[in-house]
Amino acid sequence: MSETGQSSRARFSPIRKLIVYGVLVALSIIFAAPFVWLVVTSLKPEREIFSTSLPHRVVITNYTKGLTLFPFLRYLDNTLFLCVVNVIGVVISSSVVAYGLARIPWRGRDVLFGIILATMMLPPQVTMVPLFALFKWLGWIGSYLPLTVPAFFGNAFFIFLLRQFLMTIPEDLSDAARLDGCSEFDIYRRVVIPLMRPALATVALFTFLGTWNDFLNPLIYIFDDRYYTLSLGLAMFTSQYGSYWGQLMAVSTVMVVPVMILFFLTQKTFIQGITLTGMK
Amino acid sequence: MIQTQPHPSRHRSLRDRQHLISGLLFTSPAIIGLLVFTAYPLGASLYYSFCSYSVLQPPRWTGLANYRLMALDIAHHGLLFQSVYNTLYFAAWSVPLGILVAYLLAILLNQPVRGLAFFRTLFYIPSVVPVVASSVLWLWLFNPQYGLINIALQHIGVGNPPGWLADPAWSKPALILMSLWGVGNSTVILLAGLQGVPAEYYEAAELDGASPWQRTIRITTPLMSPYLLFLFVMGLIGAGQYFTQAWVMTNGTGSPANSTLLYPMYLFQNAFQYFKMGYACAMAWFLFIFVAIGTLLLFKTAARYVTYGE
Repeated sequence: MSETGQSSRARFSPIRKLIVYGVLVALSIIFAAPFVWLVVTSLKPEREIFSTSLPHRVVITNYTKGLTLFPFLRYLDNTLFLCVVNVIGVVISSSVVAYGLARIPWRGRDVLFGIILATMMLPPQVTMVPLFALFKWLGWIGSYLPLTVPAFFGNAFFIFLLRQFLMTIPEDLSDAARLDGCSEFDIYRRVVIPLMRPALATVALFTFLGTWNDFLNPLIYIFDDRYYTLSLGLAMFTSQYGSYWGQLMAVSTVMVVPVMILFFLTQKTFIQGITLTGMK
Repeated sequence: MIQTQPHPSRHRSLRDRQHLISGLLFTSPAIIGLLVFTAYPLGASLYYSFCSYSVLQPPRWTGLANYRLMALDIAHHGLLFQSVYNTLYFAAWSVPLGILVAYLLAILLNQPVRGLAFFRTLFYIPSVVPVVASSVLWLWLFNPQYGLINIALQHIGVGNPPGWLADPAWSKPALILMSLWGVGNSTVILLAGLQGVPAEYYEAAELDGASPWQRTIRITTPLMSPYLLFLFVMGLIGAGQYFTQAWVMTNGTGSPANSTLLYPMYLFQNAFQYFKMGYACAMAWFLFIFVAIGTLLLFKTAARYVTYGE
């Protein structure tokens, strides 16, 4: 962590320290409380759900019941499939395009980059209906094709992120490879991809999470409950079993925990990625 | 002996052409994607917005009918008016409050405290939780009788705590409150900005006898203003598309009494429940133009309240 921005160093008075810690701890409790409540509710016996105290007895019936009513493994399978396909599609297509925008000097590339940037401003609602009509015309409604095929045509935000990253990598290695007679595609594959690895990890992680969390697109395109994703499944489960709070919390816990584990394992990639997005 | 030396300019134009070809090849996924998934739908949705269109039958040109209906609805305080009002209300509170909370957290995290990584993780975690899961969780937290929030309120002596999502007067504040739980992203961005503020600025101010509060207002905030503007613009765009939370918490209805019927939800209902696709497209274009003009105005006037560079 850089020291430059820290407001006061040596003369950091004990009173100020106390205030800072006090506020931080208070806010931490507020931010953590929903999670505690989530887990506590999921472990309560049914009779105690509506009592305000901690459970007298910790039970896992909510998990066993909830996960029978809610076909978790099937939805997990569906969701993971979409995640993997989209990660592959986005990583390949966005990195190829970013290479073309950052490393090859050609006429029109800045115009194209400008257009790609501009599309990030476009509310998805504007293209929602025609895309539905297009996919309907193709006979893709109800399948995973509308949820995966667009990933293979580059994602504006990740193209931007990777392009910015590429601009910071010196071209010496590429030039050397060029003198050795490598084609642009060889340079992309052999030289640039290894250098881009940290940025690609960020892209893969964000794409994975974006797909895991996506609700709107599965809601529009998936009708058969065998093909539900976890997010869509949980939303539908909630509308059906709205008052079975213990089971709802158990299912939610099971859905939240993998994401948290993923976050703890990849925290550095995460923070780096968000910081990149805020870069001016 | 005649040797044909390649003309230097011809040589260059050959390389230019090679670059053009490989540049187009490398960017072709994006070019195709832009044409198929952006340009065509953009034009089509503008066209549909002048049509009566149910997807089941081909669109039928109706001119300005959809826009006229929108204007009538606004004039007579119909559902569209309600959804515009709900979204504006939500944006007007959640965006500034969200930035304020994120800024406060970032300033706290920028103090020389132990356990920075722990606190940062804790504040960030809610924003990685799947939105549907966190919405279900908050639905439970907001439960008027048995939810954690009202239990806590009763503990601190609030005799008659709000009904939250069961009460039209409190349902929007509930959504706003929940959105504040997800400020982790903005916090991390602001923290990165704060860490880039040179220490000399603070030292000079400290020598002048400025209090920590004065330093924050007079030095930090102007230097952070580009970040704050960025988050403000992104926040407004995001608020205009706030959908999943309200959908999950009200089962897609926008209840009670349409008080959580946000604009994107009403648009979705029109498109995929009532199959008024043309009307939905007109709504989408209205949103698009509104957001575009708003963003443009913010950036144009930015020079007045944003300090760039040194």
